[in-house]
Amino acid sequence: MNDLRSGDLVRCIVGGSELKGTYITSRDGMAVLKMESGYNIGVFPGDCTLIERPPPVKSEREEVIQDPSLPVLSIVSTGGTIASRIDYRTGAVTSQFDASDILRAIPGLSAIARYRTRKLYTILSENMTPSIWQELARAVYDEIQGGARGVIVTHGTDTMAYSAAALSFMLDTPVPVVFVGSQRSADRPSSDNVMNALCSASVAVGDLGEVAVVMHGTTSDDRCAIHRGTRVRKMHTSRRDAFQSIGVPPLGYVDYPSLKVTLSPGTRGRGACEPALHDRLEPACGLLYFSPGMSPDILNAYAGLRGVVIAGSGLGHVSTSLIPAIRELIDEGTLVVMTSQCLHGRVCDRVYDTGRDLIRAGVVEGEDMLPETALVKLMWVLGNEPDSERARCMMQENLKGEYTRRSLHGV
Amino acid sequence: MEYERLGLVAGIEIHQQLNTGEKLFCRCPTELRPFEAHNGEFFRYLRATESELGEIDRAAREEMKNLRKFRYYTYDSTCLVENDEEPPAPLNPEALAICLQIAKMCGMTPIPQVHTMRKLVIDGSNTSGFQRTALVAVNGTLPNGGAIETICLEEEAAQRVKDEVFSLDRLGIPLVEITTSPCMHSPEEVQEIAEYLGMVLRSTGKVKRGLGTIRQDVNISIREGARVEIKGVQDLDLIAEVVRREVQRQERLLSIRKRLKERGASVSRAPHDVTALFSHSGSKILRKASRIMAVILTGFAGLVGEEIQAGRRLGSELSDYAKKCGVGGIFHTDELPAYGITAEEITALRAGVGAGETDCIVIVAGDTRQAECACQQVILRAEYALKGVPEETRKMLEGGSTSYMRPLPGAARMYPETDVLPVLVTSEFWEEIPRVELLSAKAERFCREHGLDPAVARQMAYSEHVLLFEKAVDLGISPTLAARTLIATLKELSRDGLDVRPLLDDRDREGAPVVPEVLQVLLGVKDARVGKEAVPDVLRRIIQGESAESAVQAVESTAAGADLEALARSIVRERMPFVREKGMEALGPLMGVMMKEVRGAVDGRKVSQVLKAALSEALGEK
Repeated sequence: MNDLRSGDLVRCIVGGSELKGTYITSRDGMAVLKMESGYNIGVFPGDCTLIERPPPVKSEREEVIQDPSLPVLSIVSTGGTIASRIDYRTGAVTSQFDASDILRAIPGLSAIARYRTRKLYTILSENMTPSIWQELARAVYDEIQGGARGVIVTHGTDTMAYSAAALSFMLDTPVPVVFVGSQRSADRPSSDNVMNALCSASVAVGDLGEVAVVMHGTTSDDRCAIHRGTRVRKMHTSRRDAFQSIGVPPLGYVDYPSLKVTLSPGTRGRGACEPALHDRLEPACGLLYFSPGMSPDILNAYAGLRGVVIAGSGLGHVSTSLIPAIRELIDEGTLVVMTSQCLHGRVCDRVYDTGRDLIRAGVVEGEDMLPETALVKLMWVLGNEPDSERARCMMQENLKGEYTRRSLHGV
Repeated sequence: MEYERLGLVAGIEIHQQLNTGEKLFCRCPTELRPFEAHNGEFFRYLRATESELGEIDRAAREEMKNLRKFRYYTYDSTCLVENDEEPPAPLNPEALAICLQIAKMCGMTPIPQVHTMRKLVIDGSNTSGFQRTALVAVNGTLPNGGAIETICLEEEAAQRVKDEVFSLDRLGIPLVEITTSPCMHSPEEVQEIAEYLGMVLRSTGKVKRGLGTIRQDVNISIREGARVEIKGVQDLDLIAEVVRREVQRQERLLSIRKRLKERGASVSRAPHDVTALFSHSGSKILRKASRIMAVILTGFAGLVGEEIQAGRRLGSELSDYAKKCGVGGIFHTDELPAYGITAEEITALRAGVGAGETDCIVIVAGDTRQAECACQQVILRAEYALKGVPEETRKMLEGGSTSYMRPLPGAARMYPETDVLPVLVTSEFWEEIPRVELLSAKAERFCREHGLDPAVARQMAYSEHVLLFEKAVDLGISPTLAARTLIATLKELSRDGLDVRPLLDDRDREGAPVVPEVLQVLLGVKDARVGKEAVPDVLRRIIQGESAESAVQAVESTAAGADLEALARSIVRERMPFVREKGMEALGPLMGVMMKEVRGAVDGRKVSQVLKAALSEALGEK
């Protein structure tokens, strides 16, 4: 097999049988062929010979005409797919970012708004960095300034909550900034992409004025939940309703298929502020997940960071043996914030001795903030507030709904 | 021969569930559950995804005529994989090994590296919207000289509870799909090949048995007809009839085409709104509909009502197409006046739309969208009638006639299941797969080696208990006794409402291997601890809760030698007048009494011996 190209018609000897198929690719030393029946098979590359190289298939695609009377939404994509297309000839699934392609894949969107699209990145969300959050914040800010009625950010789900929190702190937004993704791949007829996209667009043209995540509310296709960017967390590896508001009720719901949006009282409404961008972040921050028996030496890796969030046990604890190393870290100028691995509930380091020792060492109680949100907030606070005492105070203030003064019953 | 003259060509696809411990792509058991056992439900909408060329598969598009909401039942025996809420587990190696074994028995060539694909299915029977399937081997042979094209390993679909409600217990059970070439030319040949393949599958001893565990799809065409795929023939005995009826249907459709051509028939593409004509109709359906429309089939009169298959007319085909739009069916003038529609209304209708006596008018009723959609479907199908036989996927109805399901799928809509890694089938792995003896060969061997009667041998070889039989013979149990017990006795016990399954378990509660109780009892016969007549009684006692040991002892005690003689004497004594009259000829009738008393617990020869002694004694006394 020499230089076969994807799309080539090839002949292959398998056992005693001669098979014909379309060459797709080579992977792990095997050639992948697509049979006429549609099945792929893996064969030994040496057993294949070229029959012919058909001319590439051209696909002509019509532009989708958008309704000029509808409001404009901007779709900023970072990598999560809300639309995809399958090449049945090769079996390849490609993500779609162009407005026409997205509208062709999710026709219902065209009844809600007009769209302009901006492809910022095509990355898996685990490869996000604080500097990409900054770029994203600037892009979204530009879109708001450019008159978008709302902005939809498509994002991989793994670290969507971090990015949503980051934009919550970096942006003052008078319009909805809606993060959306899909838990089940967009190429499958059962994907959650269509419903999530339609619900997110409905929220984006609506009355909200903050950064939110809109994803499935249950395993059924009945409604999406609207989550505050600073209170949302991915709580399941694979379910459609993986995203949940922690410690607070969701900002609202979108019924499906009616797309009726219901916002809870207490959400920030559209136009409540002027758009502003505060895009400085201090990337030298870290998150430490405590475990029993953890060696104090681990903290050496955190030396020199400007801020550290600890996800402690229970009310916000680490073992007594770690406390001297933490004190040292703080004495060297690191701002240390305590949160809880429990995720639900409030940190209180005044109940037990280790907690009181942590407070004496200078640890800031992170109240009921999620560990990941506290980390992003710490980056933002340290990036924007040079005075360390004031920074310390800001960590205990509610800036963007990341922190509540009262722990409510029943959420 | 007639079918040869008609140019009948048929092929079959057999789908057989495998009896594996776990499903194909998750670790759930492969058990079917009663619907009442479901512990939750959820619902989804499915959408066809756009392909490279911006087109949606024609079969998928048809399913999408109505946006459909599907509900699913979950069980404590299903998991997030069936819910399409978790990526699949690796391809079940047990299922792959069985599939390869079948491939080997059919002389097929394995695919070096097996790739799992997603095949688009959006009728709701798969929560994901696709069925996972993998091509495992190609090019096998059939006894009629035809070829097996492929064998695939795929996941079973969810079972329909009713309408658009599905049960997830069946989803994901491994299934092999064997596809033959179009190599059959008569209905009987199709049946023979289907039977042969069924036998090959059962020979592995690793396939599920019972209704619904095997399904045949038949592909049929005749000269000038079209390829039609008939889905889901579950009853093997009907398969030849299905072929006969489909040949008949295609022939009659061709005959209708011929006559339509002679008449210069045509289909008017512009439907008429006739809602006003039926505002006071005696037909409830028409009175209730918000929109009634009519399609004129020029020159079709008489042919729409013509039977093309038992219980089916051309009109039934038009109706099947219309139903895809959500209407309940159609009316056509070949069958009217009837159903509350009067002759006067028909006359008014003909006048209203400008149709003549040689035309057939089709009426559809529903809401506007349904009625318009249904008209287009009727027009589509009526135009096919002018061309001949449309390519279709059809489903079998009771008796062997069929109804329209959807168009044949276009070029198979498949793309890779990227969540499942390809599996290498090395030549060592292939070599190690054992070739199992075919059941037909086994039956011959049972005759030859164990001296079973040919009918019993066949019954035993094809029975689900064949492995137990072979084990019994290995243990030195009489083959005749083993066969009788495993075929007849178990059946009788089941007929009495007893659950015989515990008797057959070859594992104890902890999963350790044990000799099944039924064989323990038969070993008792071998060791002369149990009379063979006592076997049904001992088994019955075991099912009712006694241990094998105590059940054997219980019958043994009734059979204790001394008691037996006393019993014989008392039976004889109580019937002295009869004994005196018959002499030694009383032996036969008294045997019956005596065997009943010992409930078959003692060998008949012994009973006869003891009874004979008691008789002589009594007669001697006289």
